[in-house]
Amino acid sequence: MSAQPADGTPDVAARPVVEERPTIVMCPEGPMLLRGDAVIEDAEGNRHRTTRPVSAVCRCNKSATKPWCDGTHKLLPKKLRP
Amino acid sequence: MRLPKARGTLSEQLFTALREEPGTPVTIDAAVADDAEDRAIALWASYELHYRGFEDVDDRWEWSPDLLRVRAGLEEVLEADLRERYAAHRPDRTSDRVEDLAKDLFDYVAAHDGPSMARHVQTDATEAQVMELLRQKSVYHLKEADPSAWVVPRLPTGPKAALMELQFDEYGDGNPARLHQHLFERGLEAAGLRSEYGAYVDEAATTVLEANNVQSFLGLHRRLRAASLGHLAAFEATSSIPSRRMAQGLERLGFPDEIVEYYREHVEADAVHEQLAVRDICVPLVELEPHLADDVFLGAFACLDTEDRQARDLLARWGVAA
Ligand code: FES
Repeated sequence: MSAQPADGTPDVAARPVVEERPTIVMCPEGPMLLRGDAVIEDAEGNRHRTTRPVSAVCRCNKSATKPWCDGTHKLLPKKLRP
Repeated sequence: MRLPKARGTLSEQLFTALREEPGTPVTIDAAVADDAEDRAIALWASYELHYRGFEDVDDRWEWSPDLLRVRAGLEEVLEADLRERYAAHRPDRTSDRVEDLAKDLFDYVAAHDGPSMARHVQTDATEAQVMELLRQKSVYHLKEADPSAWVVPRLPTGPKAALMELQFDEYGDGNPARLHQHLFERGLEAAGLRSEYGAYVDEAATTVLEANNVQSFLGLHRRLRAASLGHLAAFEATSSIPSRRMAQGLERLGFPDEIVEYYREHVEADAVHEQLAVRDICVPLVELEPHLADDVFLGAFACLDTEDRQARDLLARWGVAA
């Protein structure tokens, strides 16, 4: 197997090592993704433990299941999205 | 599960053949199908051999060249139909820059305007209508996430790891009690319905079988891997808000907690999954293989289109204006 096929197209399998994935990701116009176990304290001082390997934390403040995102950000006009 | 009831000439011939010993020559031509319903159940059964099989069919039929030939004839019709409908709904992308793909895909899904079953359930549906909906939906939910599982070995490193991260959550994060399919089983039982795999296939609407078939079709063909993932992305991106409406409707009608919980779980889970499916799976795949961009939208369209057709079909049966 050669790293570069004869026709010059890049060989997908030979691409460089992928980067380490981030633990926290800010999704444009959407939630913050959070990987791993965490306890979140909300604005009222209530604590919430993550229950899944990746959680989506609401950033638009309109979710009905805060602190978690419930997709409500998509119903907001674009300028009100995070 | 046993073979479903035949629904026409083709499925009758096919199911008769499948009850024979494998190796018995099959000379059926898919073109003998009476109609879309006959084709849908025949294709559904041929795919099912790859999932859980049938008690009354020898497992060796799965790879019978004769059977695969019939299946290929049915897939040709399915693909031609799908591509024809997609041609009228291609996204109007201003650029094909991969940096814009996430936004374009979310926008494409958001711009799609179809009948909302979830809204009907939320405010108006009767208990009998919801029971019928659950029976129809069970055809998919009892194998939820399975059609995308076929795609895993066909992906390069980044999208493969990301798809597994999403699928792991679908499959309960290692906890069988949290497996989404199982949550639905428990919901069905609590609602007084049958929960065994395939229990309601005989009453499944053609549109429900077709939706199921599209998912298997995209999942089982490596050349359509990006479409399968586009389907997944659109499915997840149209789930959180409708799931919340479903949960509210079921509560309104006094359905048991278990089935309400199934939908509640999907509100939060799919708010995560839609981001993963779009940003960590579809976008990195297209970065590596740019020629797959259009397939992602084809798959997204396939999801939106088949969901619409099921909703329109059921709402029409109930005399509800879509
Ligand atoms: S960010 Fe999704 S609901 Fe707020």
